[in-house]
Amino acid sequence: MTELRRPIESGVPESFPFMHPLLKKNYGHWAWHDRPRPGVLHHVAESGDEVWTVKAGTQRQMDVYTIRRLCDIADQYAEGHVRFTVRSNIEFMVSKWEMVEPLIKTLEAEGFPVGGTGNSVSMISHTQGFLHCDIPATDASGVVKSLMDELYEEFKHEEMPNRVKITTSCCQINCGGQGDIAINIQHTKPPIINHDLVAGICERPAVVARCPVAAIRPALVNGKPSLEVDEKKCVCCGACFPPCPPMQINDPVNSKIAIWVGGKHSSTRSKPAFHKLVAAGIPNNPPRWPEAAEIVKKILYAYKEDARPWERMNEWIERIGWPRFFEITGLPFTKYHLDNWRGGRNSLNASAHIHF
Amino acid sequence: MSKKMPETPMLDQLEGGPWPSFVTGLKRLAESEDKQYADRMKDLLGQLEHSYQTKKGYWKGGTVGVFGYGGGIIPRFSEVADQFPESAEFHTLRVMPPAGMHYNTDILRKMCDIWEEHGSGLIAFHGQSGDIMFQGCSTDQVQPAFDKLNELGFDLGGAGPAVRTSISCVGAARCEQSCFDEAKALRMNVNANLDDMHRPSLPYKFKFKFSGCANDCSNATQRADMAVIGTWRDDMQVNQEEIKKKVAQLGRKEFINQVIRMCPTQALGLNDDDTLDVDNKSCVRCMHCINVCTKALKPGKDRGVTILLGGKRTLKIGDLFGTVIVPFMPMQSDEDYENLVELGQKIIEFFAENALEHERTGEMIERIGLANFLEGIGLDVDPNMVSQPRTNPYVRTDGWDDEVAKWNARKGPAAAE
Ligand code: SF4
Ligand code: SF4
Repeated sequence: MTELRRPIESGVPESFPFMHPLLKKNYGHWAWHDRPRPGVLHHVAESGDEVWTVKAGTQRQMDVYTIRRLCDIADQYAEGHVRFTVRSNIEFMVSKWEMVEPLIKTLEAEGFPVGGTGNSVSMISHTQGFLHCDIPATDASGVVKSLMDELYEEFKHEEMPNRVKITTSCCQINCGGQGDIAINIQHTKPPIINHDLVAGICERPAVVARCPVAAIRPALVNGKPSLEVDEKKCVCCGACFPPCPPMQINDPVNSKIAIWVGGKHSSTRSKPAFHKLVAAGIPNNPPRWPEAAEIVKKILYAYKEDARPWERMNEWIERIGWPRFFEITGLPFTKYHLDNWRGGRNSLNASAHIHF
Repeated sequence: MSKKMPETPMLDQLEGGPWPSFVTGLKRLAESEDKQYADRMKDLLGQLEHSYQTKKGYWKGGTVGVFGYGGGIIPRFSEVADQFPESAEFHTLRVMPPAGMHYNTDILRKMCDIWEEHGSGLIAFHGQSGDIMFQGCSTDQVQPAFDKLNELGFDLGGAGPAVRTSISCVGAARCEQSCFDEAKALRMNVNANLDDMHRPSLPYKFKFKFSGCANDCSNATQRADMAVIGTWRDDMQVNQEEIKKKVAQLGRKEFINQVIRMCPTQALGLNDDDTLDVDNKSCVRCMHCINVCTKALKPGKDRGVTILLGGKRTLKIGDLFGTVIVPFMPMQSDEDYENLVELGQKIIEFFAENALEHERTGEMIERIGLANFLEGIGLDVDPNMVSQPRTNPYVRTDGWDDEVAKWNARKGPAAAE
């Protein structure tokens, strides 16, 4: 047997060798920026150097041909450098304004939309879904592709009150994170347990410990050690599924989509906020999820119409109040919107402030 | 070779529309008959179509790794391998990008070549944790693929109960609002904890994220156990001539609406001569006015970071934001950066010793209380850690005088001024 190669434990590589020369030269010494048009950032350094960044959308899951094509474009227009944003947009840094238009033309001709800057709807951050995850109840790439097709113009223009961050997640773990609008799977039925497999695959105490409502207990089923779920207690979160795949939570019909709004990571103006449930019970309907897309657009356009400049989704709703939000979006308000989890009382209206 | 392309009526519908289509990319790979991955990608498309038809996923985990590491590979074995045998193994290599996700085309092409030879030709830039995801490797190709990427200067990221791959914003590389060297902080912190990344043995995952200012472009506050966010202590920098121009451009009413009224702490006023009045003691460094007036306003010069701890999503006890554990830590000298690394290591050590299995830092603090955590780490309490002091009286205060003495010892000289 040949000698096994030991890894070089080099960790995170240095950024400078890969960075655009102007970014490297002016590192930490930028003076100001503006946006000459949607999809383009213009940064000016203290040295007087200027750099234009052209931002384009990608499919995130990229084949090598796409990546090489993007490299060709970068070689031709952007001195052979690119960077990616956390939302999987690609950015080309350009040292001459004259290169910006030709670069945009080329990108768009090749099918990469230019936009995603400022007060636009940027690329939807998404997870792995059917393509690679071991626990998804829906796909991610497909949901994002369908929605971005619908929101294409909103990506390319800066016409929203402020930036809009949309996220998707294919299970309740919510790897997609907080979003102004979050489109997440919500299971509605307790797991169906394949008792034949539990003993062989699952570490039972660990599974019991995962359940947030202590609904799981060890049991003997058909003479075999297994687990059982108190279905009245179960909140259908799916936490037991990753450590114990025989606890099938995914269900083609009963794993629904829920839509949440007003999540915000930044501390800009208002403090960070979690997204809040506004709609549930939406069918998980590949390949284009039209029902979910309809509701997303309803919310998005109500915000576009009504919010003031710089208000993020949560700040807009904070100002107009939830009654008005449900009124203008036409979404029903139900008992499921009341938070009965620990600390949920903090979300109740403990005042005489009423919106009419 | 030369399997037939699978029928994919549902996926085909995702080829229409203006946004770039991942399906078209997958098909291009599947149709590359001269490549070793063509058949694997045909079966991958077949399985994906099957998922779309049945609304179910068909991957399961397992154990696959590279020599010397205990993590960094996400193993995927198909549960429907009898129907789609070529993509029966479809593992992912999580590879850490340079901080800020900068690339030159030379390195991207080399990555493509390696993945064309050993993988599936499918790469995600990037996964939610910030890794480059080289997806679709068979078990026997994981080691050779890693060896080549590793020789190229890249290393595996985290998976499982480990320090995870980190993200920073573009920051100092291209943003005037950046208050520290995010990339340096990221690299130093992650690289100081590689053992806990590559040999997963923590109670659960631990994530660092770095944002240059309160705009938090790396989504650190909720998505990181340890969120490091740039800020400043002195007065913000104001160019009053540029303010006047901005007022002229927006008009007074809109300037008041968009800047003055939107300050969360009412720290701003518009003077009669259209210059800006900033009450820096009330300003909370939220970045709003600076975002609007990019030419006129800048963070101050005495820069550093605020550190929040404990952010995470739902499982198990519900969503948690990170909360402040260090209101301000200067971040200018090399020593400052080393202090940050030291604090990170102390926190990871405390987490390793005190968290229950599958508990994140936020949940651990929820269980033991912030006061105990701070004591364990050796950090002082500070009113910036709360949005308000406690409102319930269920507390024993028999150590009050001692705590007051500590506060006075710390604040004494300043308080006496
Ligand atoms: S789905 Fe969630 S609540 Fe129900 S048994 Fe599993 S872990 Fe418990
Ligand atoms: S940075 Fe935020 S808190 Fe400070 S003055 Fe500007 S708007 Fe107000």
